[in-house]
Amino acid sequence: MSASARRRGLWLLLLPMLLWIGLLFVLPHLKLFYLSFVDRRSGSFTLANYLYFFQSPLYRKIFVRTAVFSVLVTLLTLFVSFPIAFIITKVAGKRLKAMLLLAVILPYWVSELIQAFTWMVIFRESGVLSYVLQKIGLINHPIEFLYHDATIAVGLLYTSLLFMTIPIMNSLDTLDNSLIEAAYDLGGDFWSTMREIVIPHAAPGIMVGSIMVFMLNLGNYVTVTLLGGKNSLWFTEIIYNQFIVRFNQNLGSAFSVILLTFSVVFVWIVLKITKQDLSEAM
Amino acid sequence: MFRQKGFSLSKFLFYTYAVLVLFFTLGPLVIVTILAFNNNPSASFPWQGFTLDWFKSSTPGRVGLFDDARMMNAIGVSIKVAIVVTLISVALGVNNAFLFVRHKFRGQGALYLLMLGPLVVPGVVLGTSILAFSYGIANGLDKIFGAGAGTFLRPGFWLVVLGQVSFVATTTTLVITARLKRFDPSLEEAAMDLGASRSQAVRLITIPFLMPAMIGAGIIAFLFSFENFNTTYFLSGPDPTVPILLYSRLRFGITPEINAVSVLLMVVTGILGFISFAFQKEDNVA
Repeated sequence: MSASARRRGLWLLLLPMLLWIGLLFVLPHLKLFYLSFVDRRSGSFTLANYLYFFQSPLYRKIFVRTAVFSVLVTLLTLFVSFPIAFIITKVAGKRLKAMLLLAVILPYWVSELIQAFTWMVIFRESGVLSYVLQKIGLINHPIEFLYHDATIAVGLLYTSLLFMTIPIMNSLDTLDNSLIEAAYDLGGDFWSTMREIVIPHAAPGIMVGSIMVFMLNLGNYVTVTLLGGKNSLWFTEIIYNQFIVRFNQNLGSAFSVILLTFSVVFVWIVLKITKQDLSEAM
Repeated sequence: MFRQKGFSLSKFLFYTYAVLVLFFTLGPLVIVTILAFNNNPSASFPWQGFTLDWFKSSTPGRVGLFDDARMMNAIGVSIKVAIVVTLISVALGVNNAFLFVRHKFRGQGALYLLMLGPLVVPGVVLGTSILAFSYGIANGLDKIFGAGAGTFLRPGFWLVVLGQVSFVATTTTLVITARLKRFDPSLEEAAMDLGASRSQAVRLITIPFLMPAMIGAGIIAFLFSFENFNTTYFLSGPDPTVPILLYSRLRFGITPEINAVSVLLMVVTGILGFISFAFQKEDNVA
């Protein structure tokens, strides 16, 4: 094939790609960035949208709450997922392995909305949990389990279990079983083997999983608003309110930029501190 | 190795944990399925007998999902959106796979990273950015070509399609690129040596090789589109998709009909999920 034909072919492929990523990703985000520095009425440059955020105790509180909550749920997901990944890769026989894999993947195939809905069915005042507890006599009147932080945490854990388990499984898969046996033969007990051999080997998978789950938590909307109701106080909710309810695109854009910047910077810092290379881990 | 004797306590703990995990992940799905057939209008226990009314019933106050005009309309909208998104995203995926596998150009690495962006950015931010961008363009079109010219870029069918394509195309690109990487280009050359033109060789040799990945990516694209909430929420107009309609109803309370809708969606997405799993087994993506 001639060089000019190759060049033409390259441009034919480049054009749809650039249209897609340019019009549906890059330019919209540039517009968001631009709007966040514009005054809603006069249309002139301003920092007021950002100042508004930093001067509002309520918005600051919601932001910090969202960030801290996301980190805590990520840790919770890690503690729950690690044993699952370990059992699937190192302990389970064929049947249990297939069952556990299915158990982790099945909820993922159901949309996030349905996932949150199933927990509403269980946790609401006239729901399944309340009914069962009354039946066995632990409580004598219906209890509302919805709209608590713990409820939100359960819902978030449920939606992100897969995204933590699969990367850890992938990195545990490459751990040679004989290494674990050698650790035992040399007198290591279960915990020291975990600490010295298994967890260091799984570190890249833990990193990838944690980053994905953290981003999913931070950007969550459905699960937190359905399970938390008015008490959810999640940052994505105030972005929605500015854009759709108040129709204030400029303030909403500033909030979006703050969320995006924070998530990128936070992940970058975590990678620096833990000295992990994401491209290596992927 | 933990199956050896001598680890019976840890073995017991592991199996207990495994059972708890099964209960946690599958329990809610099982409960919702049971309730969808429970003849109890409160959408909860106790069990009051088997019924199919939440699926099919036109009795006022007990409308089943197949007789609920708004729900059926939403299902239709979701299917239409998902089909268009799937077609565009798979086409883009094939295009991008050829771009990244068959060509070397300056800035390719950077473009590849940029291409991953829509998967990393939170869905809410993606939705707001596309809403803000299209709002400005639509106003511009209205001004230049007269009122109504920019309507297709206002919240509604096409804006939902565009918003979903923005991130679904990343996934289809990853899946199809992984498969094209494993293709041996000498097969194409052999076809051309035998007299085929380049486009014939691609059409008759390469595309059939990519087909499993295209179908697998298409099913994933369909599921992603059908289930998407975060991005779609900002872009949908008066005709909502299923997740948007369900969400707006859930804010007013739970009805047995929503249980039935969930079961329907579980069955359909479960089947599609299994099929895509089967198609992707050979290509290990992500």
